[in-house]
Amino acid sequence: MREQTNDKDLIQVEHLVKYYPVYGGVFRHVVAWVKAVDDVSFGIKEGETLGLVGESGCGKSTVGHTMLRLLAPTGGQVKFDGVDILAAPERTLKNIRRNLQIVFQDPFASLDPRLPIGESIAEGLKIHKIGTPQERFERVLEVLSKVGLEDYHAMRYPHEFSGGQRQRIGIARALVLQPQFIVLDEPVSALDVAIQAEVLNILKYLQRDLGLTYLFIAHNLAVVEHISDRVAVMYLGKIVELAGRDELFRNPLHPYTRALMSAIPIPDPTLKREQIILKGDVPSPLNPPPGCRFHPRCPQAMPICSQQEPEMQEAAPEQWVCCWLYQER
Amino acid sequence: MHNDLNPLLEVQGLKTYFYTDDGVVKAVDGVDFHVNAREVLGLVGESGCGKSVTALSIMRLVDSPGKTVAGKILYEGRDLLSLDKSEMITIRGNRISMIFQQPQTSLNPVFTVGDQIVEVFQIHSQLSKKETWEKAVDLLQLVGIPDPERKAHAYPHEMSGGQAQRVMIAMALALKPQLLIADEPTTALDVTIQAQILNLLRDLRNHIESSIILITHDLGVIAEMADRVAIMYAGRIVEQTDVRTLFAQPLHPYTLGLIASVPVLGNVKEELATIPGNVPNLIDLPPGCRFASRCKAREKYGLSICTACEPDLLSVAEGHTVRCWLYQDGEGHKAPLSK
Repeated sequence: MREQTNDKDLIQVEHLVKYYPVYGGVFRHVVAWVKAVDDVSFGIKEGETLGLVGESGCGKSTVGHTMLRLLAPTGGQVKFDGVDILAAPERTLKNIRRNLQIVFQDPFASLDPRLPIGESIAEGLKIHKIGTPQERFERVLEVLSKVGLEDYHAMRYPHEFSGGQRQRIGIARALVLQPQFIVLDEPVSALDVAIQAEVLNILKYLQRDLGLTYLFIAHNLAVVEHISDRVAVMYLGKIVELAGRDELFRNPLHPYTRALMSAIPIPDPTLKREQIILKGDVPSPLNPPPGCRFHPRCPQAMPICSQQEPEMQEAAPEQWVCCWLYQER
Repeated sequence: MHNDLNPLLEVQGLKTYFYTDDGVVKAVDGVDFHVNAREVLGLVGESGCGKSVTALSIMRLVDSPGKTVAGKILYEGRDLLSLDKSEMITIRGNRISMIFQQPQTSLNPVFTVGDQIVEVFQIHSQLSKKETWEKAVDLLQLVGIPDPERKAHAYPHEMSGGQAQRVMIAMALALKPQLLIADEPTTALDVTIQAQILNLLRDLRNHIESSIILITHDLGVIAEMADRVAIMYAGRIVEQTDVRTLFAQPLHPYTLGLIASVPVLGNVKEELATIPGNVPNLIDLPPGCRFASRCKAREKYGLSICTACEPDLLSVAEGHTVRCWLYQDGEGHKAPLSK
């Protein structure tokens, strides 16, 4: 049934679960769980970009953070090259992490304001005891030039850089350990369009040049379409659709994917299209609706949708969707 | 519908500077535009280009160390900059109102949303408390808040971002203003909620027949909402035209760069166009055109005047103005490159 992952994939995420406890009552015991990520599975092939898209609170960033064990998982497996990261003992974790890096949304908040950026970038090398100080410095200059910055930038402090440059520094810091896989957590959301284009171009160039594998987390579908090979759409802690980029954007199957796509404003005033305007807000993951989690807002909801949860189905070749419209009852 | 002879609002030579310890930041430095009755004017630009300060200047809400030092803001023939405080209060919220990017921080956390809408009526009308409360509930209904009678008693923290923005819109439209200034009204919201809010603004505009100044950096939102567009760069308007011309025949190199750098859904390009370099320092502006250092067209046509002398905002076609040396000569006439 669940064949969204494949042994040949570099990254295999299987049944990933992350719940947050909610404490209450006099004795502060657990009264409920926020189901931020609730049974998420996908695979990423080597050299591929998987886009993970969804609205705020859908759990997309939690997936990225839990995969790297920056957050303790509640359950599931994340295999990197066949090794389960989530089950690995602490001491081997450091070695695995060399290959897995992350770039965050807010480049300014993720750089130490009191360190010249050259030192921030070299920090990973120091922690992993790689090279002499001289070799480390040379490696820093090398990654700086890879992201389009100059040698002299290494001596400067974060406040001296613009937003786009800071995000390049964030990318340089992720690159310095020569990782195979990078989680890009909304890397361009805080940037102006012209700068966003620059950073997207750099990310694409680096992927080609270094054979990197990306998980690209974003809320902007147009950006995700631009950079991804395959795309997963999340809603309230679940993946609702997972398909190749062209399949997904040409022929979205899940009603949520369709609504999300039609909600994106297109910069073409001559274009007239029927918009699907969803009613209401995203429900809280604290108390998700029964059955399909999207059914209260779904324009095509049927009686079964509120009673029973649909399962992931391969509705078209390589196009997985979790919806009763495509599932035998 | 468009009557350029009698615009609702006309901004002339507006300059708002911030007097900081590091120097004078020329956030808005000679801005001219107008808004016609019942139209949506899009004001577009990147962060720091002065679009929000322009809006605050119109509302006379610029705080120290900022100061509007020059220009005119003509509203129904009167210059808003010459009005005293009490005269301005009768206009603000009543004739011209504004909604902000962060709805949750713009609402007062210690009052219910109903009370905050009622306050608008208390300032500008003589209605009784009961009448105003009923009006507030009606407004919440109008902006699509479910169960408005109950929600009027809710505090801002009990609402989602989309609902809080609806409340802000309800407050702004309470007295059916002639002009609504919407400063990035959907930037903080998710796309499905953004679609709801834009839809609501469109409906309300048709309903109340007010004009809107829509400030945004999102060209997609502009294409869907605006009738006319003004593009801002480093404190100045660089191009102004109707929305179709803007996307079909953009003229200013900055506008061209901006449009080309946006990834468009369903139209994947291998590489996105970029605008090299950074926005100039607004304290120490370079002489000449403010975009010159980043301009690809300047290099292509080998223009030397760009770094020496600033071009004017000149009309190149009916209702289409551009501030660029490609389209004018030294005497302020149209240059060969313009149509």
